[in-house]
Amino acid sequence: MAYSATADEHHDEHHDGPAPGLMRWVTTTNHKDLGTLYLWFSLIMFFVGGSMALVIRAELFQPGLSLVQPEFFNQMTTMHALIMIFGAVMPAFVGLANWLLPMMIGAPDMALPRVNNWGFWILPFAFTLLLSTLFMPGGAPASGWTMYPPLVLQTGEAFPFLILSIHLMGISSIMGAINIVATILNMRAPGMDLMKMPLFVWSWLITAYLLIAVMPVLAGAVTMLLTDKYFGTAFFTAAGGGDPVLFQHIFWFFGHPEVYILILPAFGIVSHIIPAFCRKPLFGKASMVYAMAAIAFLSFIVWAHHMFTVGMPLAAALFFMFATMLIAVPTGVKIFNWLATMWRSAMTFETPMLFALGFVFMFTIGGLSGLMLAIVPADFQYHDSYFVVAHFHYVLVPGSVFAIMAGVYFWLPKWTGVMYNETLGKLHFWLTTIFVNLTFFPMHFIGLAGMPRRIPDYALQFTTFNQMATIGAIGFGLSQLIFLYIVIQSARRAGEKASDRVWEGTEGLEFELSSPPAYHTFTTPPTVR
Amino acid sequence: MSTNRLKFAGAGLLAAFALLLSGSAMASGLPPLNMPEGVTEISREVYGLHMMMLKICAVIGALVFVIMLTSIILHRKSRGVTPAKWHESTSVEIAWTVIPFAILVAVAIPATATLVKMEDTGGAEMTIKITGYQWNWHYDYLDHDIEFFSNLDADSTQAYQLGSDLSPLDVEHYLLNVDEPMVIPTGTRVRLLLTAGDVIHAWWVPEFALKKDAIPGFINEMWVNVEKPGIYRGQCAELCGRGHGFMPVVVVAKEPADFEAWVAERTGTE
Ligand SMILES: [Cu+2]
Repeated sequence: MAYSATADEHHDEHHDGPAPGLMRWVTTTNHKDLGTLYLWFSLIMFFVGGSMALVIRAELFQPGLSLVQPEFFNQMTTMHALIMIFGAVMPAFVGLANWLLPMMIGAPDMALPRVNNWGFWILPFAFTLLLSTLFMPGGAPASGWTMYPPLVLQTGEAFPFLILSIHLMGISSIMGAINIVATILNMRAPGMDLMKMPLFVWSWLITAYLLIAVMPVLAGAVTMLLTDKYFGTAFFTAAGGGDPVLFQHIFWFFGHPEVYILILPAFGIVSHIIPAFCRKPLFGKASMVYAMAAIAFLSFIVWAHHMFTVGMPLAAALFFMFATMLIAVPTGVKIFNWLATMWRSAMTFETPMLFALGFVFMFTIGGLSGLMLAIVPADFQYHDSYFVVAHFHYVLVPGSVFAIMAGVYFWLPKWTGVMYNETLGKLHFWLTTIFVNLTFFPMHFIGLAGMPRRIPDYALQFTTFNQMATIGAIGFGLSQLIFLYIVIQSARRAGEKASDRVWEGTEGLEFELSSPPAYHTFTTPPTVR
Repeated sequence: MSTNRLKFAGAGLLAAFALLLSGSAMASGLPPLNMPEGVTEISREVYGLHMMMLKICAVIGALVFVIMLTSIILHRKSRGVTPAKWHESTSVEIAWTVIPFAILVAVAIPATATLVKMEDTGGAEMTIKITGYQWNWHYDYLDHDIEFFSNLDADSTQAYQLGSDLSPLDVEHYLLNVDEPMVIPTGTRVRLLLTAGDVIHAWWVPEFALKKDAIPGFINEMWVNVEKPGIYRGQCAELCGRGHGFMPVVVVAKEPADFEAWVAERTGTE
């Protein structure tokens, strides 16, 4: 593809910069400002949720309760999951979308700038509500992020706050998703056909549709919980003619597409970084798009694989097993395409590439254990054990989180105009990679050996691997301080000046702009040939 | 330099994985690493499926890693290579869509067969109704006049508390022992009916490859036919509140004659 940037792109746009002072961030409708806000918010939540993970791991360092009571332990597992999923990973992807989508498709901003502002500013309130429950009588929600009734109905005063904060997160996500669809479908520069769109844009287009489809389902499910608790309904109470398993079906009808909401944008990011540092075009771009679409479609018909043990008819179990196994096909296509991109390329290994390679390497491990989980008879053993904990952390941490970090390292010089410290970046990658494996790999073993998840204490034979995991988790947490330092240094514009192309092999409209880009870019659309 | 480290890290990870698995085979003082083979026909089939999947996944994973590492070593700019220009190949793409699909079909067949067997709950010779509560299990022998609660044993209960004087290290079968275990006869097809009295629990004994949810207001069914006498331990597997980690499942399998003696003793008809 070739682009012709409008002639005086770089000099034309000094007329309206950001408003001065703090109000800039409160009132901003600028996609770059909102992208920055989303990313900072996500980073803060990453550390908050991570601290909770460290409480969990510290308690599990040795058998016997040593730090916290079981009630508090359950609050930590619940809050850790809610904060990492809705507070860290999803906002990070939305932040990247905000920064990048308009610049990638040659649009001046997002289609609905005020909705964009509102979508972000709901989040601090949602998470303040959620976190405030830690200080309430009865403590924070402790039923797991999956909120299964009847257990969740035993939540104390935190209950309505939990439901309301989830509603707020849902509203924020839906508004973000609508904005992204509207932007991608309406605001592409002339010549930017759908199949010419970069893969990050494609991944977000598909993700946004998933969000619009399933966030209302979650809202419905938690609203039914609310009425069951306070208004005398019995959707999920057997004594009133309801069914607790109905909740699980509704929840996972949301929950499985949610899993792909957490990984599809990661696929998009990695599909930008690998070709750039391979100096070779992405292999099979069209099949990458079809694979993502296939994964998105299948995500709607596999939900019950999260709940094979509830006791379902044989035919249902078989259907969900086969459908789940099918997901391995498009997922495999993606991994093979990345490998083919690397094959006979000319690679270099800067920090973004290291994180992207780490992603492919470890996401494969998580994907393969996912395939094992699809086999229903074996799943009866794996289900709700640490094997599952290992599986989903492999796809979420060295999966989604690595892709986010890869993306941040890749585009940070573009956003700030300065290069980060490459030595520190590499150190961050290696420490993170070593510790992430030390944390999560042993969990496969203790899970297979019979350790259930979500327990505050365990039998003696699980001690060794739990201690490894705890040491790994502490190391992982500390290593992220390097990342924080790097990001702060870049935000302070400390570092060498970045070129417009930033990296040798980059392609795409965002690298036609200056580094950092002007406050408003592509006010006149570029022409894509 | 960094790529060498990546190479070593990758090789190291694979080596560690292989070492740990072989270690489990030798049972050389390492903590347990793998799913138990168990003591029923079904549990051995499940173990077989698990090992088959593990091997297939290990081969696919190794293949991916070897290709990736080969590229990382050979196809790097510092070696002065020129990147190829190609970026698609229909035949290759069809191949890596069709071959994985064929592998999936091949593993789906034995998985389906085992599942069909597990789900066939007919032909039971005796029935026990198991009810999960916060936080203990209740066993009700429908064919005998026996019912009792099964609680975490006193030593474990004392040892797990914050600041307890009794160390978990000094408790035998810490957290996996109960005051009164469920007793079943060997060589008998026992039907288990599962329900709960408050919230959802899950009854899990890894040696039987059985895990099913106990759901208030509903009854789930499973069956077990244990071959060897012994004591088999498991835990509640569905988060059920504060005591979730403290409601183990212990099953004692006795020879039919010993089981009859136990029944006689329990019911006072001796
Ligand atoms: Cu329980």
